[in-house]
Amino acid sequence: MITEQSSIAPFDVLEIRKDFPILEQEVYGKPLVYFDNAASSQKPIQVIDAISNYYLTTHSNIHRGVHFLSQKATQAYEDGREKMRAFINAEKTHEIIFTKGTTDAINLVAHSFGRSHLNAGDEVVISTMEHHSNIVPWQMICEEKGAKLRVIPINDAGELLMEEYKKLLNAKTKLVAVNHVSNALGTINPVKEIIALAHSHDIPVLIDGAQAAPHMQLDMQELDCDFYALSSHKMYGPTGVGILYGKEKWLEAIPPYQGGGEMIKTVTFEKTTYNELPHKFEAGTPNIAGGIGLGAAIDYLNNIGLENIAAHEHELLTYATEKLLAIEGIRIIGTAQEKASVVSFLQGDTHPYDTGTLLDKMGFALRTGHHCTEPLMNRFGISGTLRASFAVYNTKGEIDSMIKAVERAKAMLS
Amino acid sequence: MTIAAIQEEIIDEFSLFDDWLDKYEHIIEIGKELEPMDAGFQTEDNLVKGCQSQVWLHAAMEGEQLVFQANSDAIITKGLVALMVRVLSGHRPEEIAQADMAFIEAIGLHEHLSPTRSNGLASMVKKMKMFGLAYQAKQMK
Repeated sequence: MITEQSSIAPFDVLEIRKDFPILEQEVYGKPLVYFDNAASSQKPIQVIDAISNYYLTTHSNIHRGVHFLSQKATQAYEDGREKMRAFINAEKTHEIIFTKGTTDAINLVAHSFGRSHLNAGDEVVISTMEHHSNIVPWQMICEEKGAKLRVIPINDAGELLMEEYKKLLNAKTKLVAVNHVSNALGTINPVKEIIALAHSHDIPVLIDGAQAAPHMQLDMQELDCDFYALSSHKMYGPTGVGILYGKEKWLEAIPPYQGGGEMIKTVTFEKTTYNELPHKFEAGTPNIAGGIGLGAAIDYLNNIGLENIAAHEHELLTYATEKLLAIEGIRIIGTAQEKASVVSFLQGDTHPYDTGTLLDKMGFALRTGHHCTEPLMNRFGISGTLRASFAVYNTKGEIDSMIKAVERAKAMLS
Repeated sequence: MTIAAIQEEIIDEFSLFDDWLDKYEHIIEIGKELEPMDAGFQTEDNLVKGCQSQVWLHAAMEGEQLVFQANSDAIITKGLVALMVRVLSGHRPEEIAQADMAFIEAIGLHEHLSPTRSNGLASMVKKMKMFGLAYQAKQMK
């Protein structure tokens, strides 16, 4: 869907591929096909240049320096924050907290919200399809506080059972934490409805958006969510940086996560007063180059247009699903109505490790295993899957060659 | 045949293949030919857990020699397991404990032994050598 005021050029995947020199290489003498984008996407030269230029021309420590470079570096880093605010349509720039990534952002909330708002007997609601990073931090704080973890079940297609979710919400529920898009299945969850239902009980909601950010337009004000976590490296930005979006009222209401420099107003041995948002949650020298690189990645995404990216990836998803299902014995795990560009599959009784190893030797980067979602794999009664996940630079031609490779692996393993 | 001689034999065998897929075709064949493990040995106790695939390993003394039985739920891992059994099984415990498993690198399959690969194989080799050490210590008593 291209809006009228859009100035976006027609989508040309071959032009886009030129921005990703890493894709041009051969592995084991075969052209590389990179289908492990849900784990981490590749970086365009625009992002690499932004990081490189920062170190070549601008590097200095930020926020406290009076000198030229420090101010320039601060500006570039804070530009990254503002770009992220606009990208997810948050109301205020100080609602954007830089973190190490999604996992770090979730741990921040589990720690700061959990310490201040959870008591014995309280409940935290998560779902069956959460990544371990949206399970374990809650398990840890629940154990510490004597609180309980409640889990929204799913159907065989990999969709949340919303009626069951409604039943889980009660006076003891203190927080709901679910993912926007499942990394293992590709399911897009109805987060707006999830949030509205929780809010009708005055319960705040954290959304793990690691898998959503690179694929769809996000709007914090429209979603009305309380916390939203995402990672730069899954959206064409550098590793080691991510974002916690939090509503101002919540970020004000919870204590700092880590102590140190940057996050303080004044320090005496008797008492420390904390800095204002967002710095209250950003102890120590941050990943400056990371924040700048993330800003460049946002520019890159905006330039192509998220609608264009979503349309291209949807086409790849549909194409890959059809082609895979045409191979005898292939079953797809995760067949939700609403899906992002992730296909998890199994071939007969073949172990995904076997198929994955052979595909690797044919040049294909897929992921095998439980995808850090062991409880979800248990729900399906499997130990793992093979997962192909597509990004803006992938092509139907690459899917065609993957299909041939899967057929060859199947023949070798039968 | 000594442990070193068996490894030489395997290196020779694999030198026939210059294509990766041919190499893996051979490993798959070896996996299929691995003597089935006694059902009673495929227990939780004998399980070497990996993140991606699982390995079962059983060890017992037969006369002077330590004999291994093993299995895996993935066929490529099973092929590699079969190679380890072929190299180490039926030797004296001290020989097993001291064995240098250089053939893995020589045939280009060391990536499967990296601990991050998590297929249970690295832990299995470690465990085979531990059995060697344990039985060696027992004999010295």
